[in-house]
Amino acid sequence: MIQLLNTILIGVTSGAIYALMAMAIVLVWRSTRVINFAQAGLALASTYIGYEALQIVDNYWIALICAMFAGAAISAFIEITFMRILLKHTSSGPIASVAPIIATLGLLGIIKALITMIWGGQDAVIKPPLTNTGFSIGTHTLVFSPMKLAIIVSVALLVFVFSLIFQKTNIGLALRASAYAPEIARLAGVKVDLVRTLGWALSGASGAAAGLLLTSNGNGAFSPESAEFSLLFISGFIAAVVGGLDSLVGAVIGGIFLGLITAFVLMYISGSLFFIAPFVVLLLVLFIRPQGIIGVKAGRRA
Amino acid sequence: MHKPSNKKRIAIFLLLGVAIYFLSGAVDELRVYQGASVAVFVVGIASIILLTGYSGQVSLGQGALLGVGGYAAALMRIHFNTPIWICFAVAILAAAVAGALLGLAAARLSGPYLAGTTLAFAVGLPSVANQFQLLGGEQGLLFDVGFPPLSFGEDFTQYKWFFWIASLATLIAIFWLQNVMRSRYGRSWKAVRGNDVAAELAGINLTRNKTLAFTLSAGLAGLSGALLAMTIGTVSPSAFPLALSFSLLTGAVLAGVTTLGGVMIGAVTLVAIPDIAGAVASRFGSSEAVTNNLPGLLVSALLILTVLFVPNGPVEQFRARREHRVNK
Amino acid sequence: MSLIVKNLTVDHGAIRAISEVSFTVETGKLSAVIGANGAGKSTLLRTLSGLNKATEGSAHWGEHNLLHGKPESHVRSGVSHVSEGKSVVAELTVEENLDLGALWRRNKKEAAESKKQTLELFPRLGERLGQRADTLSGGERQMLAIGRALMSKPNLLLLDEPSLGLAPLVIEQIFQTIRGIVDSMNLTVVLVEQNAMGALKIADTAVVLNLGRVATSGSAADLIADPAVRAAYLGY
Repeated sequence: MIQLLNTILIGVTSGAIYALMAMAIVLVWRSTRVINFAQAGLALASTYIGYEALQIVDNYWIALICAMFAGAAISAFIEITFMRILLKHTSSGPIASVAPIIATLGLLGIIKALITMIWGGQDAVIKPPLTNTGFSIGTHTLVFSPMKLAIIVSVALLVFVFSLIFQKTNIGLALRASAYAPEIARLAGVKVDLVRTLGWALSGASGAAAGLLLTSNGNGAFSPESAEFSLLFISGFIAAVVGGLDSLVGAVIGGIFLGLITAFVLMYISGSLFFIAPFVVLLLVLFIRPQGIIGVKAGRRA
Repeated sequence: MHKPSNKKRIAIFLLLGVAIYFLSGAVDELRVYQGASVAVFVVGIASIILLTGYSGQVSLGQGALLGVGGYAAALMRIHFNTPIWICFAVAILAAAVAGALLGLAAARLSGPYLAGTTLAFAVGLPSVANQFQLLGGEQGLLFDVGFPPLSFGEDFTQYKWFFWIASLATLIAIFWLQNVMRSRYGRSWKAVRGNDVAAELAGINLTRNKTLAFTLSAGLAGLSGALLAMTIGTVSPSAFPLALSFSLLTGAVLAGVTTLGGVMIGAVTLVAIPDIAGAVASRFGSSEAVTNNLPGLLVSALLILTVLFVPNGPVEQFRARREHRVNK
Repeated sequence: MSLIVKNLTVDHGAIRAISEVSFTVETGKLSAVIGANGAGKSTLLRTLSGLNKATEGSAHWGEHNLLHGKPESHVRSGVSHVSEGKSVVAELTVEENLDLGALWRRNKKEAAESKKQTLELFPRLGERLGQRADTLSGGERQMLAIGRALMSKPNLLLLDEPSLGLAPLVIEQIFQTIRGIVDSMNLTVVLVEQNAMGALKIADTAVVLNLGRVATSGSAADLIADPAVRAAYLGY
């Protein structure tokens, strides 16, 4: 019973973090029809910036917000400089569909190399603000801790804020319209290019939060080679696909879903299948329901 | 566009073989070793050109397929002590089977879904090796191709032997690949890449077409992996990391992803970059962190610049410009 | 303010879609642009609203150069284009589609006033404010599209085949509404239509395009009476 409870809670916690990364991926996909592989490196870079901020302000939550701002800024910068040029140059030709993938991968490489050059390959540590010692229920100690609870609450808060922005504000309306029907949005006077940059900024912020919270899910140590960070992007991507690449709600559901499944596999089957479980989930979903849990079946447009 | 006849091509390859023979005698050990590495990359990049350039499918998991080939070859050698060529053949076969399975899954996917799936594959597969003791865990296995035959003389070094084996295998592989690309399979891939709806209407079975491309490409990757195992002497999960997949993709883009012509450019660049990076870094007296990461930085920057400005690769660009001038 | 188009030429790659088209529309007048499929009518509107790039020529709405700048900027000068096909955002609600048109407007009070007026014009939309746009009928969607355009506070309205795919009774309604808008709001309207008769009946002036060129132009009444036009486009 305790093991079940542990598994579920751990699953939801990591799932929440995956959900943030999944949202980051979906935000860029919706606005630009590109999978931003560089997001993996962006999250890491933002986390390092959060680390630096923490040295200065000594408050975890302020550092988190700083990291999110940094992520937003860098992401917007990439969109304005890099993506616009890329899309203009490669809108046609045999590698048109492949080019954004390769280019964002290249960007990832640059970001990673720069990070290692600036901060070195050593572990940096962001001390979690709350303890990671588990709650006690009677004589049992759960793995679930106050910090993990804080992670879930933070993610829930962020998701709530995001959905508020999208559903209730004018900016949100502009974001949605530009994603669904960019031409009509233009004709309605929406500055679609600006809006798209904003979408990227939100994506960067979400990814940054995912990165920082990820470190707090463990002991706070991280480095460019951290296995968790490589896995973060892949899990976020898989969660996004599972949820249906076009939907933010789907991203959240996909994240929680993936988190739970991975937790159960780890707990009940084998610990070292950690890297393979997401892959299997991905294959299963793509086979059974290629449009994802929430997704709508896209018609073929010849 | 004039394409050389078969006889001409055989002649060209024989000539290349002879040139390589003389080359290997003329240069020092380091270059010979690098030559072997170039051969590894040539085959690896060619496999991506087949998959991505011809068949239009992006795979971020080629490194894992190299791993399958490398491990297969090592296992054959360790457990059955078979001659090198048998090891290589098994490596090709094993990787091809893996590729076929991956291809079946991938055939229904496109774009980001395909990229993401192969990415997950690239990260997941190497960790399988950690699971099973048979595969040597984290340290991996040794792959020892043995010494060059005594008949070659005392001076014939190990590295030269690697280089010869690698070059021969590469020449054969590329020749074979060229044949395949000119065959109706090559044409059908190009058709699907151009417009898969039209191709399907014309009677091409999409799943079979795409899976075949994956299988053949994987076979080549397996050969590349076996050659890599030969040159570094071991196989382990860390020999086939995600970065390897990225490097191959980079090399393919540098080569001009749609044609085989630039494959040497891509391979040589990939091998040369760590050299150049090292020289640059020591010139500026930089820290270790910078030196270690400069190659990665340069490769990535080169990748981006190539995709932006020379998307079809320098060879294709050159050809196009020459035709343009003729047509004017 | 008048719409003055001079020698407008637009290429789609190697194909010349529009060739040396010139015409003028005075303030507060409705000008119909008719012609067969592929005559270049849609391209003309898309060039005026900034979606397509012109190769040669000029087009001005008052002082404003329509051939420079992004479509978003033209909206701020009073140009509103209802493109052909489903010019509503299917995934948004009726109300959101309307609000979309007013997003750029600074004066929120005036925008609210526009919304009230638009809903008075199209009461059926008012009944369906919370519904997704793709649940509307064809006619309602067209009304929504025009309503969205009106929310942008236009003084030049570009309408691309509003009657496409609609039942005759609904077409009649839409055309009457359009004429009503021109009269009551003193809008200038360029109406591209394949339904030549319906368009000419409500228009003040008209231009006939054939293969990208102006075949003939003049007052709507004259064109209705013109035997060549009747034979080619009016069916009698």
